[in-house]
Amino acid sequence: MKKLNIFTKGFFKENAVFVMMLGLCPTLGTTTSAINGLGMGLATTFVLVMSNIVISLVKRQIPDQVRIPSFIVIIASFVTIVELVMQAYVPDLYDVLGLFIPLIVVNCIILGRAEAFASKNNAFDSMLDGLGMGLGFAMALTILGSVREILGSGSIFNISIYKGDGALVFVLAPGAFIVLGYLIALINRLSEKA
Amino acid sequence: MAKQRESTFVNMVVVLFLVSAIAAIALAFVYQATKEPIAKSKLEKKKKAIRNVVSEFDNNPIEDMFKIPVEGADSVECYPAKKEGKIVGYAVKTYSKKGFGGLISVMIGFDPDGHIHKTAVLEHHETPGLGDKMQRSKSTFSNQFDNLDVPNISDKDNDGIIIEVTKDQGTVDAITAATISSRAFCDATERAYNAFKKIKK
Amino acid sequence: MEYILIIISAIFVNNVILSRFLGLCPFFGVSKQVGTAAGMGGAVVFVMTIATIVTYLLQKYVLVSFKIEYMQTITFILVIAALVQLVEIILKKVSPALYQALGIYLPLITTNCAVLGVAILAVGTDGFGLIKSTLFAMSSAIGFGLALVIFAGLREQLDLTDVPEGMKGVPIAFVTAGLLALAFMGFSGIA
Repeated sequence: MKKLNIFTKGFFKENAVFVMMLGLCPTLGTTTSAINGLGMGLATTFVLVMSNIVISLVKRQIPDQVRIPSFIVIIASFVTIVELVMQAYVPDLYDVLGLFIPLIVVNCIILGRAEAFASKNNAFDSMLDGLGMGLGFAMALTILGSVREILGSGSIFNISIYKGDGALVFVLAPGAFIVLGYLIALINRLSEKA
Repeated sequence: MAKQRESTFVNMVVVLFLVSAIAAIALAFVYQATKEPIAKSKLEKKKKAIRNVVSEFDNNPIEDMFKIPVEGADSVECYPAKKEGKIVGYAVKTYSKKGFGGLISVMIGFDPDGHIHKTAVLEHHETPGLGDKMQRSKSTFSNQFDNLDVPNISDKDNDGIIIEVTKDQGTVDAITAATISSRAFCDATERAYNAFKKIKK
Repeated sequence: MEYILIIISAIFVNNVILSRFLGLCPFFGVSKQVGTAAGMGGAVVFVMTIATIVTYLLQKYVLVSFKIEYMQTITFILVIAALVQLVEIILKKVSPALYQALGIYLPLITTNCAVLGVAILAVGTDGFGLIKSTLFAMSSAIGFGLALVIFAGLREQLDLTDVPEGMKGVPIAFVTAGLLALAFMGFSGIA
């Protein structure tokens, strides 16, 4: 596979959220605003890239039968590192993302890429894969977060764009589901025509 | 090409142990490294909150902090603010366990005569777009507590609580569709005032 | 009275899937048929309840006592992974039919954010002792199963209706979930 392809597939062809439907929990739970979605996406990307690299470096040393628990420990370690670093340097974002930060460890994207790619490729390619999938994920989250923020709070990245409150439902649970549903329909349509 | 390590019992146990041990050591290291910045940012948040809720002061309220016991074994922290030696206010770090998402932590600043000077939410897990409107940045809900003349609020339903939402016969306008969060905020404020009464004498 | 509040709140008001956004992957993956959904729900009740009990004890007697709270994420997920393995082994022996039916979704309970999420929530809630935490976990899992079964019923119906081409499949499922979440919001007046 061409190196560039490894990196770019995560953005459109194999986008984690819109195409593969993975990592749904943080997708719906943290996209109440563009900034929250972006923050979550970047934190996840960090864990994805680091665990992909480490796993691809040690893959030969881990017996097949214990690979899942071992991967989980490696992933969980990076999640904890992200938790601690965020708490120290971006405490406000940490408070907003709350429960979903430790939940990065069960984000199916990370374990999925570890199984499907990192355990079978070298460190550099695994890094590219992680970076592509992660940033693609971050992009999806930011888009969803922006739509919900515009419709629900009347702002984007905390910059108010129209007066008055938006339709609150979009910042809440039902709105998240509905907006994502329509976004996926839209993307399906666009990719059919392309 | 190197061979994949075999899945013998010994190998599995050793590898799992090694992976876990390395992880634990790495994490302990990161924990130590971030311990101070985390404590520092928590302290900064507290300092900012105190500065927000009481009148201008020139002492170090955090140093002068003392605890006031509230119900049971709990207590709240009280930060006296002084200017030129005279008390200009008290910042009480109160809480309520009745938040929609659990514990909320609020800093309430009192003027020496019992009026609330200002309030600031420190910590909460309320729903974004609903309960999180108790934050000053999200809505004007908490503005109604500014300069609130607490000593002169009457207890309309005689249940011993004076700071309540209108649904409970009180005078506080709740956040639309976030009654629980609003009640929790009132609960925290009431707790702070009860503590304040103890030192006001 | 407080116990009833915990139960109702966890099942309806703060439904794990429809209000807290946890457990979504199986929600969209297993909910195509009511039967499988019910089986999954049952398995999750078992795993979630026991996981919360074990992690509660772990938090209280190990993590807090030794001041290594930062190891919470790692230890909790390992406990859950081990439990799921156990459930798999037991289920294979006790009910091979259900084991077959659940297929790949059984090991996936490990990565079910609802299980880890509920465990973390339980130890993080002030005033929750072992009993309340267990009750909370059981009720949350029941809420999970309930949402799953209702959604499966809805999807079975959806398959028989005329959906616009672009919305077929995933998109309409999401919109339906949103409407279900909207309906559950009506419960928030109770607590």
